[in-house]
Amino acid sequence: MIKRIFLGVALAVAAGTAQAAGGAIQFLDAKVDLDDKASLQRGAKVFVNYCLSCHAMSYMRYNRMGKDLGLTDEQVASNLMFAADKVVEKMDVAMEPDDAEKWFGIVPPDLTVIARARGADYLYSYLVTFYQDDNPTRPFGVDNVVLRGAAMPHVLWPMQGHQNYVREAVEGKVTSETVSALSTAGDEILVHRTVTLEGGDVVHATDRLQVAQGGSMLPGEYRAAVRDLVNFLVYAAEPAKLERYGMGIWVLLFLAVLFVLSRMLYKEYWRDVH
Amino acid sequence: MSSSDVNTGRRRFLTGAVVAMGGIGSAFAAVPFVASWMPSERAKAIGAPVEVDIGKLEPGQMTRVKWQGKPVWVVRRSDAALESIKKLGDETLRDPDSSQAEQPDYVSGEFRSIKPEYLVLVGICTHLGCAPTYRPEIAPSDLGPEWEGGFFCPCHGSKFDLAGRVYAGVPAPTNLVVPPHKYLSETRILVGEDSEKA
Amino acid sequence: MMDGANRNTGVMAGLMGWVDERLPVTKMWKEHLAEYYAPKNFNVWYFFGSLALLVLVLQILTGIWLTMHYKPDAEEAFASVEYIMREVPYGWLLRYMHSTGASFFFIVVYLHMFRALMYGSYKGPRELLWILGMLLYLSLMAEAFFGYLLPWGQMSFWGAQVIISLFGALPFGIGEVLSLWIRGDFVISDATLNRFFSLHVVALPLVILGLVGAHILALHEVGSNNPDGVEIKKNKNAEGIPMDGIPFHPYYTVKDVMGAVAFLFLFAFVVFFAPEMGGYFLEHANFEPADPLKTPEHIVPVWYFTPYYAILRAIPDKLTGVLAMGAAVMILFFLPWLDRHPVKSIRYRGPLFMMLVMVFAFTFVALGWLGMQTVTAVRSEVGLRLSELYFGFFLLLWVHSKERSGGYLGVTFAVVAVVLLTVDGIRYDAAKAGLMMTSALIPLVYFLFFLFAPVFSNLNQARPVPERVTA
Repeated sequence: MIKRIFLGVALAVAAGTAQAAGGAIQFLDAKVDLDDKASLQRGAKVFVNYCLSCHAMSYMRYNRMGKDLGLTDEQVASNLMFAADKVVEKMDVAMEPDDAEKWFGIVPPDLTVIARARGADYLYSYLVTFYQDDNPTRPFGVDNVVLRGAAMPHVLWPMQGHQNYVREAVEGKVTSETVSALSTAGDEILVHRTVTLEGGDVVHATDRLQVAQGGSMLPGEYRAAVRDLVNFLVYAAEPAKLERYGMGIWVLLFLAVLFVLSRMLYKEYWRDVH
Repeated sequence: MSSSDVNTGRRRFLTGAVVAMGGIGSAFAAVPFVASWMPSERAKAIGAPVEVDIGKLEPGQMTRVKWQGKPVWVVRRSDAALESIKKLGDETLRDPDSSQAEQPDYVSGEFRSIKPEYLVLVGICTHLGCAPTYRPEIAPSDLGPEWEGGFFCPCHGSKFDLAGRVYAGVPAPTNLVVPPHKYLSETRILVGEDSEKA
Repeated sequence: MMDGANRNTGVMAGLMGWVDERLPVTKMWKEHLAEYYAPKNFNVWYFFGSLALLVLVLQILTGIWLTMHYKPDAEEAFASVEYIMREVPYGWLLRYMHSTGASFFFIVVYLHMFRALMYGSYKGPRELLWILGMLLYLSLMAEAFFGYLLPWGQMSFWGAQVIISLFGALPFGIGEVLSLWIRGDFVISDATLNRFFSLHVVALPLVILGLVGAHILALHEVGSNNPDGVEIKKNKNAEGIPMDGIPFHPYYTVKDVMGAVAFLFLFAFVVFFAPEMGGYFLEHANFEPADPLKTPEHIVPVWYFTPYYAILRAIPDKLTGVLAMGAAVMILFFLPWLDRHPVKSIRYRGPLFMMLVMVFAFTFVALGWLGMQTVTAVRSEVGLRLSELYFGFFLLLWVHSKERSGGYLGVTFAVVAVVLLTVDGIRYDAAKAGLMMTSALIPLVYFLFFLFAPVFSNLNQARPVPERVTA
């Protein structure tokens, strides 16, 4: 009786604290699939071509990435290595931290474990919600829905193009607002806003991110490319994930059999006890 | 607790089964602990093969690189040096045919190299690990009139010829080690990786 | 007994004889295993002691191995953990076993302590056993706290920052000096990391091992309690063996092996399939390297500390909060002298005690949950009220240690009311008046019910305790 109540409480607590931080946005689903090696390879290519010039991935070695992604050392060296000589090297970045701080105001963080720190859905949403912003305080002419005031330029614009942020007008005086969720509708990304008006009313508005000037990819293609990139980042954050599931099954099977045997032994001896 | 109807056979069997399976499980559980002592990726990366550029080596000149934390010498031997190697035999050398020596199978003969001109050796004395000096000159005062050129270890006086073969009567027991290596081109050697053919 | 090895004659006997003359191995085997008589009615709650020992061994083994690769230097620590995760063969497995083991250690220990609460295992003659256990609990908390700094992530750094600054709350300048002395620097730095490393790897494990030895010796001296709270030593047979006792070996060795395997199954599931446990076992923020210039949005201690953290946060004054948090832990030491009711087990103490214990368990878990959330006015208020229930539990245990008159209970209620009203008066805030009055219902109902139930019902009626153990 006590056990059951205890367990029930514990489970309820566990279920209810999925979002421990207040005010979290419901992000877009990154649809991570680490078994899709082709996706990981495409993602690695995007990363190396667009991100590695500023962001290091210094806990990952080129040869490890190659092995996990199903590429030979030669393939890695010819397609994915620009700033290193040997395939055993780490994926470091050439930019000096002091220069970075000067140019961006902040050192671009190392991205090796960013997917574990922020989550795949956050990263995916972040990379698809850059939009044009004329505000002179924005150093690179863009802002981001997920990370307001981001210091990063919209590096992937050649692929995505430039997006405009189209606000839905709301009647009444707005005292505060917050983004509650993101969703997609065809080529557009919808930004769901919760608005508190003067007087206390709470209304919902739906803003849109629309591609104004296209890049080399259609919106759907771009989202697929970003999904590949995020997939790769999730892999990079924990390469061991690829092998621990397989190993775990064997361990659990073994322990299940051992449990049956040890329980038989227990029951056999305890027949003595009355 | 009545001992008369205890099924000893069943108890022994089940105990044995649990102990055996537990032993197997423990052996498997030990694998990560034991395996984690093997060289890590970092150690393997640091120990990765090293390229040596021999394009500018003059005859008689030696260049040195570090591979797996050890000094590796590449010596360009002159024709005279090769002649002098042929002269030395059983009386002077402990192991002229390199039967005890540590060297890859694609390196054989008295020159102990792939190409006669270039000698690749690990520069660690096979006695107690000091670094021998390169003494190509003929008959220097400290090494005597018989010296045809070679390597001399100052720690305990071991001597090696220009193929790295150890002299008889010195503390070092075996010839200097030839590391795995291959020719990437006429002017580049990769130390640390084997050549394809034996 | 394997074929051929006859215990009483032969080579083995000779060898054992030689050893026994010099080291009492057989004597200890008999005293603590083969002839240590434990009650035969242990239930599921009695697995957790041996499981705690198993987890300790696991932590020590994996910890030793991690120390072979970890670098206790502020510049290298974070990178060295990733080095272990990626570059050391099976390093990731060693790391996950250690991080999962830390959380499982607390799950097991909390269940182990809860068993003591239910069955009165802290009562005489087991008071010292309980105190040794409490010292172990404190040591474990310290060990976990020091260990958590080592990965040098954002949560490591800022969690330590917050906790050490609590010491800074102590008055008369003591706090400042104390914080400086603990840190070894003006801020948490490499100096702090290195000393925490030493304490975590060497000092505290030695303390814990010593305390575990003492804990087991103290247990074996008086003998184990059991779910019925019946002292089995009171009923011995002609040979002097407790009639309700069975030798620990082979009965409980065999049972504990089964329990260990079941535990390892759950443990392996987490290690291989969910080592982060949704961010509770490995916190997401800790995958960012420590940055003294950037405070995370949401600093929370690891889940096993959050009940006490909630109590700390619920109290608006810093020093009082620290003292309350300390008191919440320390009051557990006094349990054997607070609860003096002659009946040990929840099975015979009457429904009121059972309800009290269940509410306490719920309070502890609820405080734990609150400790993980962001602060809001409502949560803060509920946290304070739950803290009142937490401390109220111990008061109620003491009050109901024996039959009390209605007048006595009335006076107690009045005293409690005065204390709580004074607290509410001190912290009165007109903006929160409505919230305070509503939330006051929580302690009101609680104390009304648990103090006066014996007057208006027989919920506190203890049942007769049997002479011999039941199933």
